[in-house]
Amino acid sequence: MSAQSLSYSYNPLDLEASEPLIFNTANLKRGEIIINMGPQHPSTHGVLRLEILTDGEIVKDVVPHMGYLHRCYEKHAEKLPYNQVIPFVDRMDYLAAMNSEHAYAMGVERMLGIDKDIPARVEYIRVLVAELNRISSHFVAIGTYGLDIGAFTPFLWVMRDREHINRLLEWLSGARMLYNYIWIGGLFYDLPVGYEDRCKEFIDYLKPKLVELQKVIVDNKIFIERTANIGVLPLDLAINYGVTGPMLRASGLKFDLRKVDAYSVYPELDFDIPVGTGEMGTTGDCWDRTQVRVKECFESVRIIEQCLEKLMGEHKRTREFDPQALVPKKIRPKAMDFYVRAENPKGELGFFFRTTGNTDVPFRCKVRAPSFVNLSVLQAVSKNVMIADLVAILGSFDIVMGEIDR
Amino acid sequence: MSYTFQEIQEAIQAQFGNEVVVSENIALQQPQLTLTKESVKDVCLFLRDDARFFFDQLSCLTALDNGPAKNTLEVIYHLYSIPFNLSFIVKVETERGDGKEQLPEIPSVAGVWRTADWHEREAFDMYGIKFSGHPDLRRILLPADWEGYPLRKDYTEQEYYHGIKVAY
Amino acid sequence: MSLLDHKFGQGGIVVSQLEDVLNWARLSSLFPMSFGLACCAIEMMQTFTSGYDLDRFGIIPRPSPRQSDVMIVAGTVTFKMADRIRRLYEQMPEPRYVISMGSCSNCGGPYWEHGYHVVKGVDRIVPVDIYVPGCPPRPEALIGGFLKLQEKIRRETLVAPKAVERFLANHTAEQIQS
Repeated sequence: MSAQSLSYSYNPLDLEASEPLIFNTANLKRGEIIINMGPQHPSTHGVLRLEILTDGEIVKDVVPHMGYLHRCYEKHAEKLPYNQVIPFVDRMDYLAAMNSEHAYAMGVERMLGIDKDIPARVEYIRVLVAELNRISSHFVAIGTYGLDIGAFTPFLWVMRDREHINRLLEWLSGARMLYNYIWIGGLFYDLPVGYEDRCKEFIDYLKPKLVELQKVIVDNKIFIERTANIGVLPLDLAINYGVTGPMLRASGLKFDLRKVDAYSVYPELDFDIPVGTGEMGTTGDCWDRTQVRVKECFESVRIIEQCLEKLMGEHKRTREFDPQALVPKKIRPKAMDFYVRAENPKGELGFFFRTTGNTDVPFRCKVRAPSFVNLSVLQAVSKNVMIADLVAILGSFDIVMGEIDR
Repeated sequence: MSYTFQEIQEAIQAQFGNEVVVSENIALQQPQLTLTKESVKDVCLFLRDDARFFFDQLSCLTALDNGPAKNTLEVIYHLYSIPFNLSFIVKVETERGDGKEQLPEIPSVAGVWRTADWHEREAFDMYGIKFSGHPDLRRILLPADWEGYPLRKDYTEQEYYHGIKVAY
Repeated sequence: MSLLDHKFGQGGIVVSQLEDVLNWARLSSLFPMSFGLACCAIEMMQTFTSGYDLDRFGIIPRPSPRQSDVMIVAGTVTFKMADRIRRLYEQMPEPRYVISMGSCSNCGGPYWEHGYHVVKGVDRIVPVDIYVPGCPPRPEALIGGFLKLQEKIRRETLVAPKAVERFLANHTAEQIQS
């Protein structure tokens, strides 16, 4: 093919028009400079842009600009039937697609009133895959965080182990990242034969690797020096900003929707909620946030083991079992407003639905994205820190731009 | 102890009088209380600080367009109390305006919960609702020079943006 | 036929064409700009790590457009991002190539119909050399895209390099003469 002809001509002034600067260059004091970080920057975890007002190396103020990945999820949800929205739900938090699907499916099932009828095996499979996905999401968070502050090895290690999870989930759903596996009222398909054994094998492989991860990154002297006492997020600030998930727990509050709301089969499972203790510095610092994530991986392993035990014992595969048996042919909930929330790896994922009762399409589907809310606290915690620490703070938030911009 | 929807509503009415409540909808699975838009900020502050409820978290703030026929926009606040594990839903209705010059105004609750800051900016971005008293109300997701408010029901896409065709 | 398949003469001298040497050098050390936009960026990261190991093709990600030869547009391109992508492209030195990774940057992907803020194909902003399909493409597919790009570079000539080719395509005969 020969070179294409383009009608588009680039005008550098358009950049300023589409996203004007917040800080006025005319009002700068002596020694102050404005630094622009992103949207193309290796340590902003996607297309986040930070406008930083600095005095030398000290960050005076930081304003995040987002929207560089606004993919109009809410518009799609208003235009497409409930079941066709699930792929778009996947693409919001693309690191933890299973968890998002689980929350969405749960919401629609509750609106239809079929949430009590879902077979236990289906629910256990959902929790199993969601927890697998939670581990892989935390792996990316920990690995890229290491990358941000200069440790390359953990990144390679977690990506190697994440590859196993990707392949496990691919075997199940046919896709490596964006699965569309959990359907409203059931699942796309039952677990493949031999899946439970392979999963067990993987868990046995993973356990020593998690210990290794803990040693190489969280207990590492250099890492502790780099992250302890950095970016301390006090609990009152965290709650007022609506921060949830590992970030809230790192600030010292034992708050996990899996326990609080006790949705799905989580009340039948035995697991702990790790919280930040301020062991290496102050409660709610970057180190605590990473430690909580690593500990959560251990807890997820425990949950997976219990799920596998149930799936191989009490809720064994039978010839008659059809995971699609309850999938409704027509999804048309009664007219209502409904808010559903679930614990994602990043925090509380909420869906607000308004239904009119006479169409298959939601009237409105708003997403309360955990990363969106968690990121809003960045400005408050990164006053008067070093620029290098700003990268460390942002990395410890574990944001996904697909979810922030939707 | 856990308060029911009615008890919270009575507490609001005892504090602010009956006129702040426009209507209540307790038939829903998740009951809602519709307030007058002038009172929303004070009621939210009361609900946050009252020792009986402590609604210290704003779970979600949703803006919603009922379409040109009904000519109303709604803002729905999902309140959650971490210490008492309580949920409460507050709703405010307003006129739509024409979506260009005249935009509806609602008092901002960003001073009550900082969560509302970005959520209100998003509501402004998508629906063109002005939140009076908001510290920094500008578009959050879309570019500053975008035309229109895309989640309004009567929205039509612009044809070109910076010389790039918008439609497929 | 690759360069080293030629017969070695006396004294270990390889006789070849200048074009072949240039192209061989170019295609053996493609430095992509690590430019993740969305979901595809995670698969791109996966491709760079030890499991798939793009290093063996001489492909090492660079953080700056000034050091890179190829831009991988990995993910959905939005209107807010479009001007920035073009700017990054213009900051890259010639010869430069663009790989469009994933359905979104190929044609808008699943967002083609209702995505009011999604550019329906990055080829409306920058010229694209290789399209890699998939949502997101597997790492193997991205490697396949790189191999295709190498094939394309291998066929380049000094007489009509890519820049001249593009210039000719964008300008009519009258424009060039005037």
